[in-house]
Amino acid sequence: MGSILIFLTALLVIGMWWLSRQGLMSKPWLEQGVASETSLPRDLPSSAAKMGLGVFLAVVGSLFALLISAYAIRMQISDWRDVPLPKVLWLNTGMLILSSAALQGARDAARKEEEDAVMIGLFAAGVAALAFLSGQLLAWRQLTADGYLLASNSANAFFYILTGIHGLHLLGGLVALSRTTALTWRGARPERIRLSVGLCATYWHFLLLVWLILLSVLTGWAGNALDICRQLLT
Amino acid sequence: MVDVPLGHVGPIPGADIEDVELYHPHSWITKYVFAQDAKVIAIQYSLTALSVGLIALVLSWLMRLQLGFPGVFSFIDANAYYQFITMHGMMMVVYVLTALFLGGFGNYLIPLMVGARDMVFPYVNMLSFWVYCLAVLILVASFFAPGGPTGAGWTLYPPQAILSGTPGGQDWGIILMLVSLMIFIIGFTMGGLNYVVTVLQARARGMTLMRMPLTVWGIFTASFMALLAFPALFVGCVMMMFDRIFGTSFFLPAIVEMGQPLERSGGSPLLFQHLFWFFGHPEVYIVALPAFGIVSDLISTHARRNIFGYRMMVWALLAIGALSFVVWAHHMYVSGMNPYFGFFFATTTLIIAIPTAIKVYNWILTLWRGNIHLTVPMLFALAFIVTFVNGGLTGLFLGNVVVDVPLSDTMFVVAHFHMVMGVAPILVIFGAIYHWYPKVTGRMLNDTLGKLHFWVTFLGAYAIFFPMHYLGLMGVPRRYYEMGEMSFVPPSAHTLNAFITIVALIVGATQLVFVFNLFWSLRHGKVAGGNPWRATTLEWQTPETPPPHGNWGKEPPVVYRWAYDYSVPGAMEDFLPQNQPSAQTVSGGAHG
Repeated sequence: MGSILIFLTALLVIGMWWLSRQGLMSKPWLEQGVASETSLPRDLPSSAAKMGLGVFLAVVGSLFALLISAYAIRMQISDWRDVPLPKVLWLNTGMLILSSAALQGARDAARKEEEDAVMIGLFAAGVAALAFLSGQLLAWRQLTADGYLLASNSANAFFYILTGIHGLHLLGGLVALSRTTALTWRGARPERIRLSVGLCATYWHFLLLVWLILLSVLTGWAGNALDICRQLLT
Repeated sequence: MVDVPLGHVGPIPGADIEDVELYHPHSWITKYVFAQDAKVIAIQYSLTALSVGLIALVLSWLMRLQLGFPGVFSFIDANAYYQFITMHGMMMVVYVLTALFLGGFGNYLIPLMVGARDMVFPYVNMLSFWVYCLAVLILVASFFAPGGPTGAGWTLYPPQAILSGTPGGQDWGIILMLVSLMIFIIGFTMGGLNYVVTVLQARARGMTLMRMPLTVWGIFTASFMALLAFPALFVGCVMMMFDRIFGTSFFLPAIVEMGQPLERSGGSPLLFQHLFWFFGHPEVYIVALPAFGIVSDLISTHARRNIFGYRMMVWALLAIGALSFVVWAHHMYVSGMNPYFGFFFATTTLIIAIPTAIKVYNWILTLWRGNIHLTVPMLFALAFIVTFVNGGLTGLFLGNVVVDVPLSDTMFVVAHFHMVMGVAPILVIFGAIYHWYPKVTGRMLNDTLGKLHFWVTFLGAYAIFFPMHYLGLMGVPRRYYEMGEMSFVPPSAHTLNAFITIVALIVGATQLVFVFNLFWSLRHGKVAGGNPWRATTLEWQTPETPPPHGNWGKEPPVVYRWAYDYSVPGAMEDFLPQNQPSAQTVSGGAHG
């Protein structure tokens, strides 16, 4: 359970840093009136959406940290046989990086209100993400064809579950991305487009980060880190 | 008492925040069924959760009938008994307490108490309820599925949960349970995002975090914890589902079932326990923290006294929230884990007692020299403190490895957790319903029926669970369908069991008085007015009662003070609402 604890510690540090700026030391019973610093951000819908996404990412992060914890615990048992990773995963990783980069491009373009560039970025990101997902399916088929079936070893099962849940999150992101594309297509207000594209880009970068971590766990590069995590609790 | 400076307060600033565009319902369906108004969603959540609670109550009756009068009721066989236990536990913990505190009270109180017009994502909020409702339907459907619901115990420990010896293990039961839990978690995440972000982003002008009522603090902290803890249950459910359906070996070791070796190997049942309790222990506080918050407000309001140590209360809530993530393995002392591991978790468990004790002291010091009104909500709040201290003290016993090991599988544990996370939070829920019902409906609940409900419930709960500690110390095991011949259990234990069952039937039936009161008072209750308890917090200051869609009329409120200005010296009234600029307005400038 080391990796989830590290993840939660990171959240705790962020939370404490944030709370320390919220006047937790104040003595509310002595203070009256409306102080100037008490006003909240004015652009409520946009900052609420950003914060909502932030909290959601914390939940998703917790989900993956727990899956990795379970992976680390289960892999110690002697029946574990590592999965040879299909080469196509490297291509997929490249696709996801491209997708993320394209969305970052769209976000920058949205800041400059260049709608055509935004559309190109969104479209490229969507195509690259779809390519990533099909690549993942290809990897599944390759593994199944080579006899690495779901039930034959837990390492296989973990491979399918980790990639599957990550893929589902990307699929959910694609729904948001297509809505953003529709929004841009219809020519919504620039600030609305900027918000939507920005949220998509953040989500994409996060999923890319999660994927890179998953990849390092699946390839065994993170072996040392997992060992340290395990030793935390023993 | 702090002498509040009544000095100059600047001119009232206008609303600083751009008004949120609200969704306006166009038909009966969008107003009451697929509603996006947090208050309607709150009522939907509450009524659904209370209905599930009634089902779970009946299940506990059936269990008690078997324990009190073994063999008398032929329809309760061993399988049915385990199914009752499992469904009672899971329903009460997840589908009643969590849903009621966060989905019910969270939805109703957060926007009103922080001065918002609604939750920040109303559409997602609506989805949250309907997804929850779907989860409930699937759960209840398992009663009618072939093989009946799962009887794996509410902790669903593998390998037994998915083997054929357990009711529902190889039938539909366990699958429906896992699906229902996963759907619940998805639904809760939608709601939880709303509760957290609304508190952080949609507060009225002047409502600093440290001016929020403790109810909001409690629900806020608990929501955050639930968002981070439920994924653990989700992961456990997904993996067990794979084990059950696809034949993987996450949790199933090499095992022989009914004489047949199964094609599994290497799985770790302990891994599931880690995942389950990584969710399960925070869950205790997910239920307790809102209760802590609500009780603080009830006590302060009904004792006309500012809450003692507000800052300490907030810090304690946060500390409990953080600590509760590093104590999970104290549920696993008997699982064969490394004893040093147990020592670590015993230490963290006992450390949690410190912030918790701070809260209890502060409640008592709030009451001290207060002007205590023994209203029904106050009675429930006081009963909560007593009950919680009681259950908390036995928690100190069980937190120690050496004491826990002999007691772990006895009725002592049943008594402990029912006191601390069954009875105590339910008392708060009742108190809170008596307290806020006037705001929800505009009418008071009947006082006489309320007091009858309170005394029978409170004394009855003690008559049920106190003797259970004694049974546990004698060694009466829990989870047993029947005891059979056990030489160390004297006949008096059976008499005691029969007594507990009779009291449980009476207490259960008394809840119907409460249900009757809820419906009767809707029509016949005394008209409440906007602020019957003369409370300071914003929800009592709405222009209309019950508050309409949008809550505040034209102008959202501006907050000038904290939530606990009761009995302020020099003020005309014994309470100063949070949105009142200065005490002089009321007293006509007579005092300073």
